[in-house]
Amino acid sequence: MMKSRYLPLIATCLIFVLAYALCYWQFPFMLSTRVVGNLLTDNAFLGIAAVGMTFVILSGGIDLSIGSVIAFTGVFIAVVLKETSLHPLVVFALVLIITAIFGGIMGAIIHYLEMPPFVVTLAGMFLARGIAFVISTDSVPVKHEFYTFLQDSFYRLPGGGRITVIGAAMLVVFFVGIIIAHRTRFGTNVFALGGGIPTSKLMGVPVAKTTIGIYAISGFLAGLAGITFSLYTSAGYSLAAVGVELDAIAAVVIGGALLTGGSGFIAGTLIGVLIMGLIQTYIIFDGTLSSWWTKIVIGILLFAFILMQKGLLLAASAQKK
Amino acid sequence: MNKNQPLLKATKIDKTFPGVVALDRVDFTLKAGEVHALLGENGAGKSTLIKCLTGAYHRDGGDILLNGETISPRDTLDAQGLGIGTVYQEVNLLGNLTVAENMMIGRQPQRWGMIQTGQMNWQTKEILSQYGLDIDVAQLLSTYSVAIQQIIAIARAIDLSGKVLILDEPTASLDAKEVQMLFGVIRKLKQKNIGIIFISHFLDQVFEISDTITVLRNGKLIESVATVNISSIDLVTMMLGYELGEETKSKEHDGVEREILVEFSNFGHKQSIEPFDLVVGKGEVVGFAGLLGSGRTETAETLFGVTPHDSGTATFKNKSVNLSSPRAAIANGFGFCPEDRKTDGIIADLTVRENIILALQAQRGWANPLPKSEQDEICKKYIKALDIRPTDAEKPIRLLSGGNQQKVILARWLATNPAFLILDEPTRGIDVGAHAEIIRLIENLCEDGMSLLVISSELDELVAYSHRIIVVRDHQHIAELVGSEITTNNIVEAIAADLNVDNGQYELKGVIS
Repeated sequence: MMKSRYLPLIATCLIFVLAYALCYWQFPFMLSTRVVGNLLTDNAFLGIAAVGMTFVILSGGIDLSIGSVIAFTGVFIAVVLKETSLHPLVVFALVLIITAIFGGIMGAIIHYLEMPPFVVTLAGMFLARGIAFVISTDSVPVKHEFYTFLQDSFYRLPGGGRITVIGAAMLVVFFVGIIIAHRTRFGTNVFALGGGIPTSKLMGVPVAKTTIGIYAISGFLAGLAGITFSLYTSAGYSLAAVGVELDAIAAVVIGGALLTGGSGFIAGTLIGVLIMGLIQTYIIFDGTLSSWWTKIVIGILLFAFILMQKGLLLAASAQKK
Repeated sequence: MNKNQPLLKATKIDKTFPGVVALDRVDFTLKAGEVHALLGENGAGKSTLIKCLTGAYHRDGGDILLNGETISPRDTLDAQGLGIGTVYQEVNLLGNLTVAENMMIGRQPQRWGMIQTGQMNWQTKEILSQYGLDIDVAQLLSTYSVAIQQIIAIARAIDLSGKVLILDEPTASLDAKEVQMLFGVIRKLKQKNIGIIFISHFLDQVFEISDTITVLRNGKLIESVATVNISSIDLVTMMLGYELGEETKSKEHDGVEREILVEFSNFGHKQSIEPFDLVVGKGEVVGFAGLLGSGRTETAETLFGVTPHDSGTATFKNKSVNLSSPRAAIANGFGFCPEDRKTDGIIADLTVRENIILALQAQRGWANPLPKSEQDEICKKYIKALDIRPTDAEKPIRLLSGGNQQKVILARWLATNPAFLILDEPTRGIDVGAHAEIIRLIENLCEDGMSLLVISSELDELVAYSHRIIVVRDHQHIAELVGSEITTNNIVEAIAADLNVDNGQYELKGVIS
């Protein structure tokens, strides 16, 4: 029982290995570097956004604005590249600053006005989506040689698989996220907030700074996810990425984080994202199943994880008595 | 520093809340290396005084001197920085972080912005070893018992503050062995010349560990005295405010043989009250006396099914009844006015009428709503009978005074026409005039044949209306007083009995809580 906090993570890893084994048993080709490479590329934007969501959920909050911010970022980049001669890297930097500030402002409202994160980020969700529509209602294609260059750059794995720029970016974001969450004072403060804000205050945790930081990170990573999405689709569309925030929440929970905050792992979220990607890949391989089966399986997995968390909490409290 | 100079000296501290004087020119002096117990019943001003010392409240008047210098802590963090650390009953640490993270949060050793976990764990282990704790500090705090968490909290407070340590009910959820472990830690801190303020309802623990005792009552300083110079009876007398020998009333046994209404046998709940037998007759008022936290309220909650009993049986009118939930108890004709009106009783934003009909409607079930005309009639009847003011039943109840809110709750239960009504502290927090009215009401109800169980700290009130008094202590029913035995003297003596003080040897057996 002593390592019970690792149990959800272990369970997630186990499910992933089992699911992969099942896929391999039916379709041996699933265990190839090509599939792995595509898994990373296809889920890069979701993974990056989910890292931000993990920070938010670890602190006991929620961020519903992520999908809209991704759409806003895509439209912003596409329109600015079309209308001006700015280099894409400059536009990326600009949009990341905007989204980080956007997140930071939501964090400040949550802290100083003592508003529930759900409501504040819901407002943020409408706002970001609305601004995306104001910029452009059409799907704006991105044509720039730098984009083509990034899309064509990859590291070839033995067996023909490709680690693309965006796939690698996701892995780097996860690595940095793990360091920040588990090895810095800021990370400890995030967990502290998830354990209880009044107690954290009494213990001297800088609650305001941490809350604003968390939502700024989430906004920044949503912006980065938006850049990734724009590289992935070569377009910006204000109706894109609807509901991605919910996929991100699902990935975080399947990754073993407690929705009430204070417990979880960034690495778990990576596995959570990969499990969701794996289900989709399986359906593509099968070819006869409707893609909605992805949602059904994810729904079942979520239920299972919520039940497991409840069970663990009950077991822990029973042990205490 | 002059050895005789007090470590912490508070003089003439005043604190007023709207309508209440919480502290009235209270003096308090703490010496270095002293364990100073702060005692008093609910509302005596203990926690207000502590909050003024730790900056949670700002005092209205008076001075606080720490090492001879005036301080005015802005908040608890500021007080911590000045050297005043506090450890609460509910451990204020984070269970989802490791022991080491709790100890070092905000000051973790870093290199290039990264926490040096090994070094942090090692430092924490060093600190805890001074307290005789050798535990795995990389484990989550929540995996350890409350006693160990308590010691970790103390270690953290001392490490951060290091002059004054305030322990607020530290032993409330510890067992006897853990209490001794904690006392070992406190004795060590004494040797390090740390001043300790110890707040507890356990008088035997106070006698065991403290050097000085200060008693507050109704926001006033009653006395500050060396522990060796006071007997337990004097202490209880000071806390409750009754002079021994001063008689309120002595009632002859009325000799009426009452028909048995409810009978509980071997009734109890593991964590809150030892199994007890209790018989209540028709039209009888049974009083429950005891200090705060003694198990009075727990008894009531067990009877009413709030904390369902796990042993024993109950019979009502000679029939076995189920009391496993408040719903079941209500269905059997029980009523319960809880102690804390604000959180357990009234629904502040509903109107007086809605508050009154709440229990009656619950009894009828949601599918069978009470017609508005009938509601109005019931409200009119009780507003008149109990003299509730203002008389407008459509006013939100939060606008009423405490005494009138209390009457509304009474009306709620009376409307269900209960056979057995439990009142927990019916006169707490209401003005003196309303006291008399509530008492008269209790007497009228019992004349009408209703059986009542009344819990109160106001001993003279209990004595006035009870036919029988049960004294509760340490979660046990320890004495029963009937007829002419019912005097405040006897109650105080029963509460303080067995707290034997012989030549400084204090027995651990009679724990007053």
